[in-house]
Amino acid sequence: MSNSLDSYLILSGLLFAIGTFGFLARRNAISMLMSIELMINAVNLTIVAFGAFIPPLNKHAAIIALIVIAVAAAEATVGLAIVIAIFRNKKTPLVDEYDAMRD
Amino acid sequence: MPIGETIPFSGIPWDDILFITLAATLLGSALLVVTMRDIIRCGLALTVSFASLAGIYALLSNPLIAATQVLVYIGAISVLILFAIMLTEKKNAPTRLVFQTQAAVAAVAAGFIAVGITVVVLATSWGATAGRIATHTADVARLLFQSYVLPFEVVSVLLTAAVIGAIYLARREPAGEEEDR
Repeated sequence: MSNSLDSYLILSGLLFAIGTFGFLARRNAISMLMSIELMINAVNLTIVAFGAFIPPLNKHAAIIALIVIAVAAAEATVGLAIVIAIFRNKKTPLVDEYDAMRD
Repeated sequence: MPIGETIPFSGIPWDDILFITLAATLLGSALLVVTMRDIIRCGLALTVSFASLAGIYALLSNPLIAATQVLVYIGAISVLILFAIMLTEKKNAPTRLVFQTQAAVAAVAAGFIAVGITVVVLATSWGATAGRIATHTADVARLLFQSYVLPFEVVSVLLTAAVIGAIYLARREPAGEEEDR
């Protein structure tokens, strides 16, 4: 089981689906950011799994995964800063109360 | 005395046990992240899922990515998320509704994604080798600083820009413009 690519890919697909559910269903903006982190981690697991099982991709996959981690860190920083900036104006972290552009 | 490849008297490889344990921890804590009511506990469960994913990277013989996962995700992003939760949380928040009204539809959509990915993975022949190939950090470093040096520099510029942008977005308004805190 631990020596087959399929089990890692299915694991990462399940993790991605859990992240999708959290992103669509949660009300709190920080919960949505946490779900995005779960989805990024699932994609990164896919990249590393391909690198570990397909010889020509081996070293390249590690580099792509490193760059994805760095970009995810930048995304988390800016996303949380935006959430905190909105919270300062609206006094709530719940996204369904951000309705200023609806009227 | 060295430990054998398989569990004594049963023939089950240790790696399989490790994989099942780590995968169960990963999926269980990810489910807790998206379903728990108290968001601080969600943040802590997120840390657990990052840690078990680092274990899976180590199981995939990729020590560099495992160490980076621990450093960046557990060390930096989890702490950042916990700080953001503490900055935005109110005392009465955990008792309120945590899901949107479309939660049931979202669950169905996520189920479709999970089933679709599983079917596609099982139906495709990936041309994978029978065992895991170890990734040596020295080779990765050589490739990173020779062929991939331009993406490396672009990422460092991106990180600098992200830090400056985050400070600009999250800073307090100058005194006099905002008096309601």
